[in-house]
Amino acid sequence: MKKTVFLGALTVAGLAAGAAAAATLDDVKARGKLNCGVATGVPGFAAPDANGEWAGFDVSVCRAVAAAIFGDPKAVEFVPTTGKTRFTALASGEIDMLARNTTWTFSRDVDLKFEFVGVNYYDGQGFIAPKALGVSSAKELDGATVCIQTGTTTELNLADFFRINNISYEPVPIETNAEAQQQYLAGACDTYTTDASGLAASRSTFETPSDHVILPEIISKEPLGPLVRHGDSEWADIVRWSFNAMVAAEEYGVTSANVEEMASAAGDNPEVNRLLGTEGNLGEMLGLDAGWAKNIIASVGNYGEVFDSTIGESTPIGLARGLNAQWTNGGLLYAPPFR
Amino acid sequence: MSDTHAETVAFVRDTMLPQQEPPASTVGFLGWSKTNLFTGPFNTIVTVLCSVFIVWLLWMLIPWLLSPTWNATSLGECREFLVAAGRVGEHGASGACWGVIRERWIQLLFGFYPADLYWRPILAFVLLFVALAPVLFSDKVPGRLLMFTMIYPFLFPWLLWGGTIWSPICAALGFVILFAGVKYLSGVIGQLASIIVSVLAAAAWWLFVSGAVQDALASILPLAIQSVPSRDFGGMMLSITIGVVAIACSLPLGIVLALGRRSDLLIVKSLCVGFIEFIRGVPLITLLFVASTLLNIFMPPGTSFDIILRVIIMATLFASAYMAEVIRGGLAALPKGQYEGADSLGLDYWQSQRLIIMPQALKISIPGIVSTFIGLFKDTTLVSVIGLLDPLGLTNSIRADQAWNGIVWELYGFIAVLFFIFCFGMSRYSMYLENRLKTDHR
Repeated sequence: MKKTVFLGALTVAGLAAGAAAAATLDDVKARGKLNCGVATGVPGFAAPDANGEWAGFDVSVCRAVAAAIFGDPKAVEFVPTTGKTRFTALASGEIDMLARNTTWTFSRDVDLKFEFVGVNYYDGQGFIAPKALGVSSAKELDGATVCIQTGTTTELNLADFFRINNISYEPVPIETNAEAQQQYLAGACDTYTTDASGLAASRSTFETPSDHVILPEIISKEPLGPLVRHGDSEWADIVRWSFNAMVAAEEYGVTSANVEEMASAAGDNPEVNRLLGTEGNLGEMLGLDAGWAKNIIASVGNYGEVFDSTIGESTPIGLARGLNAQWTNGGLLYAPPFR
Repeated sequence: MSDTHAETVAFVRDTMLPQQEPPASTVGFLGWSKTNLFTGPFNTIVTVLCSVFIVWLLWMLIPWLLSPTWNATSLGECREFLVAAGRVGEHGASGACWGVIRERWIQLLFGFYPADLYWRPILAFVLLFVALAPVLFSDKVPGRLLMFTMIYPFLFPWLLWGGTIWSPICAALGFVILFAGVKYLSGVIGQLASIIVSVLAAAAWWLFVSGAVQDALASILPLAIQSVPSRDFGGMMLSITIGVVAIACSLPLGIVLALGRRSDLLIVKSLCVGFIEFIRGVPLITLLFVASTLLNIFMPPGTSFDIILRVIIMATLFASAYMAEVIRGGLAALPKGQYEGADSLGLDYWQSQRLIIMPQALKISIPGIVSTFIGLFKDTTLVSVIGLLDPLGLTNSIRADQAWNGIVWELYGFIAVLFFIFCFGMSRYSMYLENRLKTDHR
């Protein structure tokens, strides 16, 4: 009996929580800061520098949303989350959004009651192997020892891949990426598998990167994207279109360098005019200023600029655009029209 | 009979020989090593093997440690420096990359605490020793300093988190109400009633009045220092904050729990046993996950219950259960005569605990208490699993900077040295305390 009362009270509390948390935008505005969940550290995607300033590809999404709401990309409280705490932090309202290289999967979207607002990086699982091993394809890895992070989807993908190709492997379970690098370099395993972006970041730190090769097979789809809670579609819209604004800006050639000039007066391209608020009232529809997208691009940059400065080919990580190019360049980035 | 003796011995020395130096093989380094290192063939072999191992270890380690990479700004640059210095082994450049420590040591100490406010945690840390001195070295430090020790628990959070000075003062006023109530009311309405009334009054003050008073005082006289959010805490400072508060709170809680467990009162006893067994039956990581995630979901929305405070509470509860068992061991080791002696003197329960039982029981338990402290201090690194950036959590963030990706040993070594300094200090103090309190004649 007592238990029922207790559970009932919990349910009521939960419902109250859902109702009160409905207007995330109002909460964020009242707080004056966006609480954004990021990783505790993933090279290129999220890392604090020596002064404690966060930077990276995922971090830029947080900064973009803050710029859209407050016009200030620094109005963000970064909450480092681990793979274990990230979903509860979002569900409980500790963070307003999560931008932490999280793969968009059915169960996370539907069962865990989150809403993925887009894909900011199309990743996939790959293999790295020493050149001395003499393999040119992952299908030649029969009988290899594989370093694999336990408890991740990569572990399941690996098992699937080897079963489909009817070859065998011996897993070497490891806990963190740093441990994997050490084990791999020490020769404890023939190959190491994780997301290709992570492999590239790891390889660039090796003493002789050219001695190691990232095999061409990508054995899984890992669409990584920012996500929010179910139950506040207005808030999801803000995060979704903040990200879309960065993608669209690249497509239309709006950069942080020329955005002030393009936003000063309505130009020839009506789509750009609507994006930058010189025409129409898209900002008002979101509950933001007319210059919301201009603020994003001026302070954070468009998608291409962010990519180039954090993980692109000019950085030590050196990732090519690949699938993450604009659809006009054969990639998958395709922002819906701003109208 | 003595005649017989005199006849058989031709010469009897009647003066003492002057004292001679002991043989060279029994004194000095030679004598010491003979008795300690080379007493027999087995010991000699062990000694030789160990020395060879130690020399080999140092032979490998020292060149690695002495590496000219202090000024490097990335792992790649470290390698260039090493190659330039001709330090290339069969596995490429060999040597530590100390640039990461030069660039990040402040971050490893203070986390993301604002740089212009570093004096506050440093001051809090220095004052910690001032506050502890009258407790730790009661024979050398004037007792008047105890006043400062009583103020310090309110000063410590104010220095670290900042904000208006009125909040610690108002919190302290609650305790003033509590003690004044007990002291002055007990003559009027009896001891038990006065305790109940004072606790209620203090609770009412904390819950309903102090907030308004605080705001009013702050608006009249805004004495405040810049406040620092908990998210900015990190590194060694976070470990020390959690460790110090949990250590300071777990000892009194542990004493109460140990006494409760030995109590004859059924409810008190079962509550204490239940608490201790529950906490000891659950891993600390589980409690930390409860603190970081479950509490958030259960509490009404809008309540922001500070994450560090939640972790501190969990760590305190965890340590206090272990502390209770350590102290119960000390209580059990006391002969029954001590309890009976206290009773026969006519002391009441608290008097006998304070004057006779606890001083002896705590003295017996010192090694156990200090190892619980050391264990607790090291357990603070577990907070990295819930995303708090303690030194171990920060190593991951530092490696996420592509310049330092791939550096492992240097960071962990630096953190290990930091922790060793603190834990070794605690251990040496406990030995000093044991010696000072030694009253038997073993």
